[in-house]
Amino acid sequence: METLQLLKQLSEAPGLPGHEEPVRALVRTLWTPLVDEIHIDGLGSLLGRRRGSGPEPRPTLMFAAHMDEIGLRVVAIERGFLRVARVGGTDRRILPGTEVLVHGERDLPGVVGMRPPHVVPPDRRDKTLPWEELFVDVGLPEEELKAVVRVGDPISFRREAVELKNGLLAGKALDNRVSVAVLTLALEHLSRTSPTWDVVAVATVQEEVGLYGATTAAYGVAPDIAVAVDVTFGRQAGVPNHRAFPLGEGIAIGVGPNFHPAMVERLKRTAEANEIPYHIDPIPGRSGTDAWAIQVSREGVPTGLVSVPLRYMHQPVETVSLKDVERAGRLLALFAAGLEADFRPRWEDE
Amino acid sequence: MNDLICQLTEAYGPSGFEDAVRSLLRSVVTPLADEVRVTPLGSLVAVRRGTGNGRRIVLAAHMDEIGVMVTYVDEKGFLRFTPIGGVSPLTCLGARVRFENGTLGVIGSEKREDPGKAPTFEQLYIDVGATGRDDCPVRVGDAAVFERPFAVQGRRLVAKAMDDRIGCAVLVETLRRLGPTPHEVHFVFSVQEETTLSGARTAAYGIEPDMAIAVDVTGTGDTPESRPMAVELGKGPAIKVQDAGMIAHPTVREWLVRAAEAAGIPYQMEVLEWGTTDAAAMQLVRSGVPSGCLSIPCRYIHTPSEMVDQEDVEGAVRLLLHALQTA
Amino acid sequence: MELLKELSEAFGPSGHEKEIRQVLRRALEGHADRIWVDALGNLHAFREGTGADRLRVLLAAHMDEVGLMVVGHDDSGGLRVRAIGGIDDRVFPGAQVWVGPDRIPGVIGLKPVHLLERGEDEKVIPIDQLLVDIGAKGKEEAQRWAPLGTPMVFATRFEEVGALVKGKSFDDRAGCTVLAELVRGERLPHDLYAVFTVQEEVGLRGARVAAYANRPDCAFALEGTIADDLPKKKDVSPTSELGKGPAITVMDHTFIAHRGLLRLLVETAEALGIPYQFKQPGIGGTDSGAIHLAREGVPCGTVAVPCRYIHSPVSLLSPADLENTVRLMRESLRRLTPAVLERA
Repeated sequence: METLQLLKQLSEAPGLPGHEEPVRALVRTLWTPLVDEIHIDGLGSLLGRRRGSGPEPRPTLMFAAHMDEIGLRVVAIERGFLRVARVGGTDRRILPGTEVLVHGERDLPGVVGMRPPHVVPPDRRDKTLPWEELFVDVGLPEEELKAVVRVGDPISFRREAVELKNGLLAGKALDNRVSVAVLTLALEHLSRTSPTWDVVAVATVQEEVGLYGATTAAYGVAPDIAVAVDVTFGRQAGVPNHRAFPLGEGIAIGVGPNFHPAMVERLKRTAEANEIPYHIDPIPGRSGTDAWAIQVSREGVPTGLVSVPLRYMHQPVETVSLKDVERAGRLLALFAAGLEADFRPRWEDE
Repeated sequence: MNDLICQLTEAYGPSGFEDAVRSLLRSVVTPLADEVRVTPLGSLVAVRRGTGNGRRIVLAAHMDEIGVMVTYVDEKGFLRFTPIGGVSPLTCLGARVRFENGTLGVIGSEKREDPGKAPTFEQLYIDVGATGRDDCPVRVGDAAVFERPFAVQGRRLVAKAMDDRIGCAVLVETLRRLGPTPHEVHFVFSVQEETTLSGARTAAYGIEPDMAIAVDVTGTGDTPESRPMAVELGKGPAIKVQDAGMIAHPTVREWLVRAAEAAGIPYQMEVLEWGTTDAAAMQLVRSGVPSGCLSIPCRYIHTPSEMVDQEDVEGAVRLLLHALQTA
Repeated sequence: MELLKELSEAFGPSGHEKEIRQVLRRALEGHADRIWVDALGNLHAFREGTGADRLRVLLAAHMDEVGLMVVGHDDSGGLRVRAIGGIDDRVFPGAQVWVGPDRIPGVIGLKPVHLLERGEDEKVIPIDQLLVDIGAKGKEEAQRWAPLGTPMVFATRFEEVGALVKGKSFDDRAGCTVLAELVRGERLPHDLYAVFTVQEEVGLRGARVAAYANRPDCAFALEGTIADDLPKKKDVSPTSELGKGPAITVMDHTFIAHRGLLRLLVETAEALGIPYQFKQPGIGGTDSGAIHLAREGVPCGTVAVPCRYIHSPVSLLSPADLENTVRLMRESLRRLTPAVLERA
């Protein structure tokens, strides 16, 4: 499938933490023809295994990308309005004027409104709206609403992804559907080669609320090595240049305590040998990605991180470069295909 | 059941020092269970075997309660302390605390610039009646709990440590009334929930359950000008959708909803925006355990006067019994 | 003290523990029955016990130290950095650092005091607004000598200061020294899994996988801990005090010590007249916080050498405390029995 279409579909599918069913169903359809086995674990992560050509027991490489997205949740129904709380790091500054989808007994479109400036005292107008004043309105009378919506129901953002100039795409949930697309592209490339290693692609759940899916998936897969794919800050107004990467100029490879130096080296070498431009992303501690959970699974897993630069993180206009997405997909596939049967990341002094 | 609740809530058991509560529970559950053991960290596990073809289910309630620990004894015998779990300095003013060796202490405050403002822990101290360092009956590292008797007030019950001795009582009562069930049920009375959730997490690792449910208290939004929350006292046990540490697995959540509806037990759906339970730790064990939480609505959580409704408690027991009898 | 000196001066921020591992491996060769490195870089040394009723005892000390990492290059040639682990921004001004394992010298300077606005000296400047100067003339030179991701540590030489010793990173090279001495000393009744862990300062990461892998029956974390025994206006806890013996943890913010192990340590110290103190409860965290959660749970204790000014370029400790920590641990391990781990 064309990258643009793939990414657009993934962006538009709902999938809040703990409620990933819709996006999981889509990913399952995309991956089933590309893998030998596919299953869902206790927390809901989707795991697709493509068996390698090497002799058994074969080592396993795990790729992880989280498929959940941030959103809202109903915490009370008050006079026909829905009081909401955030799920994951939702930025309340973007809520006024945003369209949403309430996942009740059936899906209800709704909006987050705000009182017009005419009735708001001037000294309140320069402050962000507090959660107490933000309601979701689905336009139903209270009784009818209560028949369809329960306390606890998830609410996702409703936004069509749109193509910008220069091969950029803007939409909701590109953190981290972009990486699910990367894994999909990598599996497509791999379906035309025969890597020695088993490759398990995992679309993890509940990353946005605490890396939970990656924690249990890594335990279940017990991989020999792993690469997590996530987004990183794209260069934009308001973010210092040394904390962000330009869009369309390549992917980022993480360095720091979260990553095994031999994994970093190999990712870099694979990129260089295949003319894939990359940046080094120095992370001095907690990476905040699935890689952080995977590295300390069981007896420890040598882990790497590949990131796609993205602007406006956690807003419904997240923007990425399609070129970077394709590069990351190619890099992962080449990395997997290049693994020798006896490869093991070693410490220099071992 | 109120006798048991009284005994449990009045027992001494801050996190890490659950010995008295464990002894009490061990003597109660031993005649009711097929097997009873203690895990390396001190959680008590009582197993009821199933009649076959069922799942392995964990029901967990924590034994530990919040408290305080002595950090320093000054020259005059006053004690400085640190909270064990989520203690608020507000509830400390004028409170009495009891140490494991029976010593009673009173919490006092230094002079404060603005007496209208809540003190910080650094401004508080415990007075155990000592006249100096040498005759102080407790030392650095000793722990104490808030002292408050159990009371029945109409439909409501009030006590310290209702969080989560009420959950322990629900588990005991469920075990007592439980008839034949297809499931292998592990009743876990966990340690150190208030600090690190380490008891339930490690117990669940050892058990490898197919499903885990924490039974714990949750907040309410039904008191004057309270934080908004759609849970009320007396409207039935609450089935958790999400709290600050977990999102309940949909199959567990709906299993509880179906049981409540089939048995005609009133229930409420719960979203708690602060705090979490043992379920948050159990769901992450090994390759993931579908987990949920059945909550007892409770007012004034983490104060020495936690209040629950007897009907909610009874409803929770009946809901669990009904659920356990279905596949 | 030779080993402490060598460890203290070695280069090893979280994720870059190679030098520490090399020093320790040399120190342990011939004493441990087996030495290996795991996927995260932890150094494991196994020493078989001599007793009949043997427990698997995990002893952990972390190799890593806090430091800085290059995250950008200024046009002027200065290095932009972020902290590895928790460092107080107030210790950076005027500090000297070693950039990379090749120890390229660098300094962190401030705007001259003459040029400050009134009240400006009250403000703490966060490290991401300071630059490390290695003398590079412009961005390209800086990139060549210290590429992105290059780690750095404080540049401090070990030496004796009065009755104490001074060095960087006694947290936790003091614990590493204690642990190495335990492995090099006489054989003990129990099977010892001595693990020199990585990445404690960024989240107790090495200890977690080491505990999972070794399946211990119980564990001790060995540390260099906070001594806050400077004169203070108010009579409050010093956390621990130099010269008063090993500091035993009852509770910190990551775990609560096992009561049986706590009793064992106290009874051993009292029986043998080894000085000891309780560390102020509720402060800090150690590898025990991760170890006690492994598999079905591991009874844990933490014993530490009191150190002043940890997480700064200059820490101080008393050699007598270090020796008493070794002694307390050795004697406690000798007295440890399975009954100690049983619960009421």
